[in-house]
Order: sequence, then structure tokens, then C-alpha cells
Amino acid sequence: MSIYYQKEIETMDPEALRDLQSKRLVELVKYVYSRQYFYQKKFDEIGIKPSEIKSVDDIKKLPFTTKDDLRENYPFKLLAVPLSEVAEIHASSGTTGKPTVVAYTNNDLKLWGEVMARAIVCAGGKKGDIVHNGYGYGLFTGGLGVHYGSLTGGFPVVPVSSGGTKRQIMLIQDFKPRILTCTPSYSLAMAEEAMEMGIDPKELSLEIGIFGAEPWSESMRKEIEKTWGLKALDIYGLSEIIGPGVAQECPGQEGLHIFADHFYPEVIDPKTGEHIKEGEDGELVITTLTKEALPLIRYRTRDIVSINYNTCPHCGRTLPRISKVKGRTDDMIIVRGVNVFPSQIEGVLLSIEGVEPHYVLEVERVGSLDQLTVVVEVNESIFSDEIKEIERLETKIKKEIESVLNLRVNVRLVEPKTIERSMGKAKRVIDKRIN
Amino acid sequence: MNNLIQLSVFIENRKGKLRGVTNVLASAGIDIRALSIAETQDFGVLRLIVNNPDLAYDKLRENGLVVKKTNVLAVEVDDRPGGLDNVLKVLDENNINIEYMYAFVEKKSDKALLVMRFDDMNKALDILTKNNISVVESKKIYEL
Repeated sequence: MSIYYQKEIETMDPEALRDLQSKRLVELVKYVYSRQYFYQKKFDEIGIKPSEIKSVDDIKKLPFTTKDDLRENYPFKLLAVPLSEVAEIHASSGTTGKPTVVAYTNNDLKLWGEVMARAIVCAGGKKGDIVHNGYGYGLFTGGLGVHYGSLTGGFPVVPVSSGGTKRQIMLIQDFKPRILTCTPSYSLAMAEEAMEMGIDPKELSLEIGIFGAEPWSESMRKEIEKTWGLKALDIYGLSEIIGPGVAQECPGQEGLHIFADHFYPEVIDPKTGEHIKEGEDGELVITTLTKEALPLIRYRTRDIVSINYNTCPHCGRTLPRISKVKGRTDDMIIVRGVNVFPSQIEGVLLSIEGVEPHYVLEVERVGSLDQLTVVVEVNESIFSDEIKEIERLETKIKKEIESVLNLRVNVRLVEPKTIERSMGKAKRVIDKRIN
Repeated sequence: MNNLIQLSVFIENRKGKLRGVTNVLASAGIDIRALSIAETQDFGVLRLIVNNPDLAYDKLRENGLVVKKTNVLAVEVDDRPGGLDNVLKVLDENNINIEYMYAFVEKKSDKALLVMRFDDMNKALDILTKNNISVVESKKIYEL
């Protein structure tokens, strides 16, 4: 059985891929200019004509699109097709104000199914493998994205959605799925529940986990793999682009293969907007080359990744690979010239026995020097009646963070539940320098 | 039973935090027998001997505090010059290391009481008993 879903595309000669992308971009630019008033206006403002775009080399001439643009055009002002041609509408959680709305035509849904099927096969799925889909079904694109991909690729899907954890364990025991799809943190909650029920998750049938929709570190991956006895693979996607299925790790775990025949990736310096060198960290920008209802030009994902154009030594895919998301442009902080991503701190905390990843980063300016303090919640497994034991732990956390960041930090322990919990995206940074 | 249960509570070194603990204990009708605070710049560890450690433990945890139970010994010392020195001499000669110690709030009689925590509790108890130093039964402490 093949390790590819669409071999001819996934292992395409890079030159041929470029030609395909260029051809699609030329069409796309004409399409958006004639159908989305938003882009027509934007192009006119900077004086660019669709005919000036002749290949992907010209993409730099095009303007960026941001999440704010989507919000300002709430709900349907960005659509490139009449509502009668829209098949499905999703919305992402609005952390500030209105949610972001995305829409799909029937062809867009077909495309979604195709790239998601590619993702499942890329992760090692074989036709007939049962997919236990623990992503939430509903407005959130996670659940339905995996669902469509399973239907397209021939994977019997169990649309269990998230929640009802005990029942999930029972279904896994009885249906014996090979593939688990959910957020990485939920997979750990499920494992805990299984153990409470007296079931060793390693004894269960799961061999592949396709995890995404939230940032997770390498140490969390190790923890999940150890607990479940499966291969934990990262999936990347965002509803603005299509949902899950934009990029997927293969079992080699050396970057996520981005399906660049549909989603053209660029990595830029978030400040200047200029392209940065291959392999260096920057903001991922995606152009949807083939979408109908809501095509986006140079969409700023705010996700920090690096890109690698070499053929994958593990699976032979020629599609470029993006790294795991290393952070967000919006919560990246710069302390004494060092870029700090909360995910790096999280990785360290998770690697220390007993420490839970409830933390917040405080940056303040003391005199003329920036100071970073990592505030961590104390819990019963790390607390001791002896000060020296607690201080030993504080020092350990401090040392390990310092070795990762190459930056001096302070660690402050606080009482449990004092760091604000948020549903969804946690607030990880308090930058006191801003005020 | 000589092992006395001490409760340790994590408190941030901020205004009102200690009161938060004493308020929980007061509401639950718990009597404090002895206490000490070990502090750093950012946090402190409040160590408590109370009349009902199990109830106090549950109440503090219910209120979201991080609490730990530790075994300690209540050692009786003659309330006269040299009383404490005599006890420490015995421990010193037998190579027993004291992690920390603190005094009781109330006195039982003409004796002073000390809460002591050792790295090797069994050995400490053994040495103290052999040297006729009185280690008060935990039941008596709770009933003080």
C-alpha cells in the first residue's frame, strides 16, 4: 500500500510544482480582482494590476491579508461567490469582538476532503483504518475537517467529537481504531481517564495520533507517545485557509509537509514583511491557490515557523516542510534582544517532573534592563515543607529555561489557580514595558 | 504514637495571604498549637501544629491551598538554662541532623515544648528515647 495519497503531486519535481503554483496564482489574482471588491480596492490602492503577476516570483508585489481584514468584512463581505453557491459556513472563536467567518463551496469541501485525506495517509493511515475523531464538531473546523478527509480517503470515521471522555475510552476499547485525532492536551486527558478506569492506554489499539489545533512542544509529544504507545504527529491548519489539512508530519517527524499545490507558503520577517532565508524563523504567510468561496492572498497566519525545501529523507515527499509552530507573532516577546516564545518555556516546564504548565511570563524594565520572570503555579507534588527543597526546584526550572533561552530569568512560584485560565487560547505574556 | 502531624502551607509573600490561611482555620474552629513561618523573598512556608490536623488539611485544600502533611516530633525540654543545649548535645553526638525546629505557643507545665523535624525521624526518636529525653505523644499535643 502506498505511503502517498496523491503520489504524482506529493512527489512532484520542484520545478513542475513551481510551474503549477505560478499558473494557479495567475488565475487566482484575476479571480480575486474580479470577484472580491476588497482585493480590487487593495490592488488599486497600491497600483498593481492582475496582469503584472506572471509567476510566484511576483507574489511579493501583492498585499498581505490579515485577520483584521476578515473581521472588518464580517460576515460575508469577503465572499467571492454568491451565497447560493456556498455550501458550508464556519466561524472561529473571536477572542476580541466578532468571530472570523469562513465559507466553502462544494468544490472547496472536496478540496478539504482531499488535503485531509492526504494528511491522514501522510501520518501513516491505511485505507480501512478506523479514525477516532475527538476534535470538536461544529463551528470549529477541526471535527468536520478530519471527518471529510476520512470520508474522502476511505477511513471509517467515528464522529465522537470532544467530551464524554469515559465513553470515548469505551469506544476505543470496543471499536479498536488505529488512528486518534484530537488536540494534544485532550489526548492526555483521555489517557488519564483510561488509567483511572484501570485501563493502560498502551494496551489499546491506537498506533497513530494526529494532533493539532493548539501549540505543543517536543516534550509533550514524548509524554503522549510514552503514555499512549503511539506515534504522535502534528497537523497544521487554520480555518481562514481551510481548517486542518494545510500541512502534516510524516512518521519521520522532521517537519510538516505543506500541501503547497493548494496553499502557497512564504516565510517573512513579521516586522518588515520581507522574505527571510530558508531555515530561519519567521511568520508563515499563505496564499490559497485554488479556493473558490473565500480565497485569500498572502494571509498572515501569525504563526512562527521555519521552512525547508529539501526532499523529505523519510518519506520522499518533495513538498516543502514547515517546522512545528514555534510561537505566535502576537505573543512573541523580545527580552534583551532575545526572541522568547511561551512555547519554549512550556517545553521546559513539561520536562520537569511534577510541574504543570500553568505559567505566565512577566517582562518588566528594571532600571535600563529588561527582566523576564516566569511565574509558575505550585502544586502538591512539587511542594515541600522544606524551603531548600522548593528553592532547589526553582533553581532547576531557572537553569533549564536559561539554557534553552540563553537569557537570565527569574522564577516565581505562586499559589495554585492564581494564573488566569482561559477557554481556548491562554494569555501567556504580561509585558509591563508596554505601559 | 509519637509522630506528630505537621501541616505545611504554601503562601505567597504578599499582603493578606497569611490571613487567608488563619481565616480558614478559624471558620473551621481549629485551634493552632504551634506555628512557624519560613520565608523567602517571594513565598513562605507556614508550618502548623493544630488540634485536628485531618480536618484542617481538608479545609485548607478545599480552599485551594497547597498543603502537605509531615511527621515531626514534639520534644520536651527543661525550661531552665541549658535545657535545650542538653537535647542538642545528645543529637549532635549521635550525628542526627535537624532540618528545622520551632517552639510551642503554649506551655504544658514547667517544661518547654519544641517541634523538631529530622532527616531521619526513626533514628532521632530512638536516640532521644534512649537518652531519656521525653517525646510527647501526639494525642496529648492535639488535646493540649
